[in-house]
Amino acid sequence: MIGVLSYLVFFATTASILAIAVLGLNLQWGNTGLFNGGVVAFFGAGAYGTLILGGPPQEGMVGGFALTYPMALLGGMAVAGVMAWIVGLLTLRLRHDYLAIATFGVAVAFENLMRNAEWLAGGAKGVRGFERPFREAIGDGFLYNLVFFVAVLLILIATYVFLERLVASPFGRLLRAIREDEEAAQSLGKSPSRVRLTAFVTGSVIMGLAGGLYGTFYAFVSPQDVLPTLTFQVWAMLIVGGAGNNRGAVFGAFLIWGAWTISGWALSRFAPVEAQLYTGSVQFILIGAVIVGMLVWRPQGLLPERLIVSQQGSNPVNKRGE
Amino acid sequence: MLILGQPWMTNVVLEARELTAGYVPDLPILRGVSVRAMRGKITLIIGPNGAGKSTLIKAIAGLVPISAGTVNFEGTDITGLRTDRLASHGIAYVPQNNNIFRSLTIRQNLDLALRRGSANGVAVLDHLFAQFPALAEKQKDKAGSLSGGQRQFLAIAMALAAEPRLILMDEPSAGLSPKATQEVLEHARVLATSGVSILLVEQNVNQAMRLSDHCYILAEGRNQIDGPSDDLRNDSVVGEIYLGGRRLRSS
Repeated sequence: MIGVLSYLVFFATTASILAIAVLGLNLQWGNTGLFNGGVVAFFGAGAYGTLILGGPPQEGMVGGFALTYPMALLGGMAVAGVMAWIVGLLTLRLRHDYLAIATFGVAVAFENLMRNAEWLAGGAKGVRGFERPFREAIGDGFLYNLVFFVAVLLILIATYVFLERLVASPFGRLLRAIREDEEAAQSLGKSPSRVRLTAFVTGSVIMGLAGGLYGTFYAFVSPQDVLPTLTFQVWAMLIVGGAGNNRGAVFGAFLIWGAWTISGWALSRFAPVEAQLYTGSVQFILIGAVIVGMLVWRPQGLLPERLIVSQQGSNPVNKRGE
Repeated sequence: MLILGQPWMTNVVLEARELTAGYVPDLPILRGVSVRAMRGKITLIIGPNGAGKSTLIKAIAGLVPISAGTVNFEGTDITGLRTDRLASHGIAYVPQNNNIFRSLTIRQNLDLALRRGSANGVAVLDHLFAQFPALAEKQKDKAGSLSGGQRQFLAIAMALAAEPRLILMDEPSAGLSPKATQEVLEHARVLATSGVSILLVEQNVNQAMRLSDHCYILAEGRNQIDGPSDDLRNDSVVGEIYLGGRRLRSS
């Protein structure tokens, strides 16, 4: 029984962490129309940033600043944000598919940098030796995972509430206006480039937060954690859940992560022995098929975007007249 | 063509001089076009297809790069100024298509258009709704549900929300029925009477000439002729330029 429960907690923690990353992507794509094809780079920047900043000093490595955990996590988010800001300045003039290709390239470069820069990130061996927060007080077993899950869940809820408020604010309205027509927004005196950059950096910081939590959960991060697969998984979650809808983003994360987990288990259990080597590839095919199928039959996702009436917009005369 | 000292020229709001502009370098669409817009008047720009009318208004609005010439607004040089900076100078631009946000409500469209931190936002909105009662009734509806004519009125209302002194209008009648065209153009007349200057590009030559004050005719990226709209309306030269019977000015 405790085995099943333990697994459920493990599953829900990973799904919640991924849901945070999907929320970040939803701000960029769902609300602003920015096609980020390099989600994993910003996720990875958060993971590496947190572990390098919060980990113990290690010989031959630049990292190991042993900062207190909240500082390390915030630092990881900042690393993702700074990276997004630089990438954004260089690429946000690009539109749609070009932006997707450019950001995908950034993610591949990031993975290669992590794989080869031993002085920075331990190279292929990854960053080890990170001490998870409060491990001494709580211990290592089921209880720790449960507490960690609750913490991740609270962070997920906080991120969700923050984004719901942001989207309902005048800034959120501006994001949707720019997504719909940049020229018209410009003609009203709005600067699309600044707004797009703000949304891109904010979304990436949220992905960095998810990466930081992921790194903390496993107390380890390596180049294997920042492969392009993760980008496609996060995209599948958003497309299935419903781009433009934060609830859909969270729902999609749990649904796709569940499907991924179950398909992996089923393939390992029922696939013929000689096919076991390829089960990983079958999962990739499934993810691709889910994305294509959703785009063909239900492009708006399971929970489509709702028209959110901003607080000011709902009854501004009374609000302002007070 | 530009005769200084005429009475209608005394109150110039916007002056574009010898503009050369185009979408790609070394392939100018406009080749030295000059126009002036007068305070509280409708200045009309017409011309056959490919004349450069829309390019001219987009160049003034900062959407098409200008390679030579200047644009001056109320004594300030605004040549090549970014579109989003024009609003703070008192210029509104109404694009030809996609000039509203369909997924937002009418109210949200207008809220978006209000100048940030505008102290009298409520008064501005009330004034706009008084001018456009149809929009007031539907303010909670999505803008995408409006008819073509109502969309143009919303686009104009959004331009007015920033309280501009000059409105650049790019073919507001595009895709509208003759009746809706008439309504939109008549509203432009009302605006001009209230003191807002309008630079208008139009395809509906007859209707627009009746409602405008001064008219420029472009062809092949150059000024051809200009004068008071009433005079040009009865001038056979206009038809010749349109039908190609007249030798066009090439320099």
